[in-house]
Amino acid sequence: MIAVVDYHKGNLKSVERGIAAAGGDARVTDDAALIARADAIVLPGVGAFADAAATMQALGQTGAVRRRIEAGVPFLGICLGMHLMFEEGVEGAPDEDDETSSHNACGLAILPGVVTPLPRTDPQGHSYKVPHVGWNTVEYRGGSEGSGGLHKASSARAENPSGVFVRAGLSERLEAAGPFAEQVAFASPLFAGIPSGTYFYFTHSYVAPDGPFATAHTTHSVTFPCAVQFGDVAFGVQFHPEKSSEAGARLLRNFVDIVKGA
Amino acid sequence: MLAKRVIPCMDVKDGRVVKGVNFVNLRDAGDPIELAQRYDEQKADEVVFLDIAATSDERATTVELAGRASEQLHLPYCVGGGFRSVADIRTMIAAGADKVSVNSAAVADPSLITQAAAAFGTQAILVAIDAKQVAGNPNKWEVYVAGGRKATGIDAVAWAAEAARRGAGEILLTSMDRDGSRDGFDCALTRAVARAVDVPVIASGGVGKLEHFAEGILEGEADAVLAASVFHFGEFTVRQVKEHLRACGIPVRL
Repeated sequence: MIAVVDYHKGNLKSVERGIAAAGGDARVTDDAALIARADAIVLPGVGAFADAAATMQALGQTGAVRRRIEAGVPFLGICLGMHLMFEEGVEGAPDEDDETSSHNACGLAILPGVVTPLPRTDPQGHSYKVPHVGWNTVEYRGGSEGSGGLHKASSARAENPSGVFVRAGLSERLEAAGPFAEQVAFASPLFAGIPSGTYFYFTHSYVAPDGPFATAHTTHSVTFPCAVQFGDVAFGVQFHPEKSSEAGARLLRNFVDIVKGA
Repeated sequence: MLAKRVIPCMDVKDGRVVKGVNFVNLRDAGDPIELAQRYDEQKADEVVFLDIAATSDERATTVELAGRASEQLHLPYCVGGGFRSVADIRTMIAAGADKVSVNSAAVADPSLITQAAAAFGTQAILVAIDAKQVAGNPNKWEVYVAGGRKATGIDAVAWAAEAARRGAGEILLTSMDRDGSRDGFDCALTRAVARAVDVPVIASGGVGKLEHFAEGILEGEADAVLAASVFHFGEFTVRQVKEHLRACGIPVRL
């Protein structure tokens, strides 16, 4: 069963249907106990960071989700769900505009850093519309011909068994509630069969910090991570696969395949 | 690079698609969900369902439509028409709508925008503006409400700026002068609004030729272009429009 985490901020039917259409056994739930037994977890994106983080905490979902990620259960965070993988978010927090504010809301802290507003100007000073709404291209290295990440990932893994995929220390670091990041130096299996440069649907005003965990990027006013990965099977995407027509359906099928293979 | 969007709009009454010319002469063009799926296949970037009757009985039909859409569509959709309160908006978002557009109610009480944006996020709140050129003043447009029947005396550009400031995530701008005219978008109006706000502007009203779509983006500086009848009656497919836009050097998803 793939638990679609309901933190009471909106309708999750399209996510549930998207996963079901991809062949997954999706169930929308707010029950931490059910999440703790799920074969995989999808954390959808509705509402604002601070609000969602507080509700997740109150419902006991935060700990349950972290423990499942620790156990190596496949995870997909969508939009705000991806933001919540990080340590902190300024969205909806008091003194929202201050990146160094101690009032930032806490996320799952699977990945390091603070989720901050998408700048309204590029480095040259040109203005951009925010929210970033619509279809934008997802770019990643090693997939420009659409050769698919899965094969590359497995061959990279075979060639480099002790390198970038090391998961040592995961459980201790989760216990310590500290953030951690892993190098992900291959085309993510989530993008198997999806060429770099494919359009996905975005709607957001905040962006995740960049780092070695970023597997794909998108450019609006700035270039920001639109896909992140922790370990082999925990993914986050800034766009909405459930609203991204055929490309999104393919990505959800890839995720369900990862769940079934896990 | 962010693509410019092409958005088919379906006027909906009693759960069926209709399209008026200058807001009258309704004609039936089919099931909204089926039509939206056809547009998805044609690479529409999103769709808008506009509830044009919006009596309380018909609201229930539209909420039901939004629910079906969230189950059966794999592209974003917006529902517009008849929202009077945050509670109305909540019902529609709970049914699965990605976005709602508010029009008359936001003019009557602009704090509705602020409240709705706080509750559901700016990305979920479109403010729809029906604007008509002020006679004798080519650079001034007035906001109309109640389906274009009632003048307000409010300047459309100033209202768009206020709406964006209050948390509208997008402005859906319809030129009443051009709507149904097939003369093309009012590019002067669209450009004036696009320059006055820092959120995306969707141009609406007046498309009759393929060239009009590109004009809305290049001359009107719109982020998205919306049309209805030309799509519903198969005059152009969304794909044809996008191929034309691409030929004009405009980034589109194809």
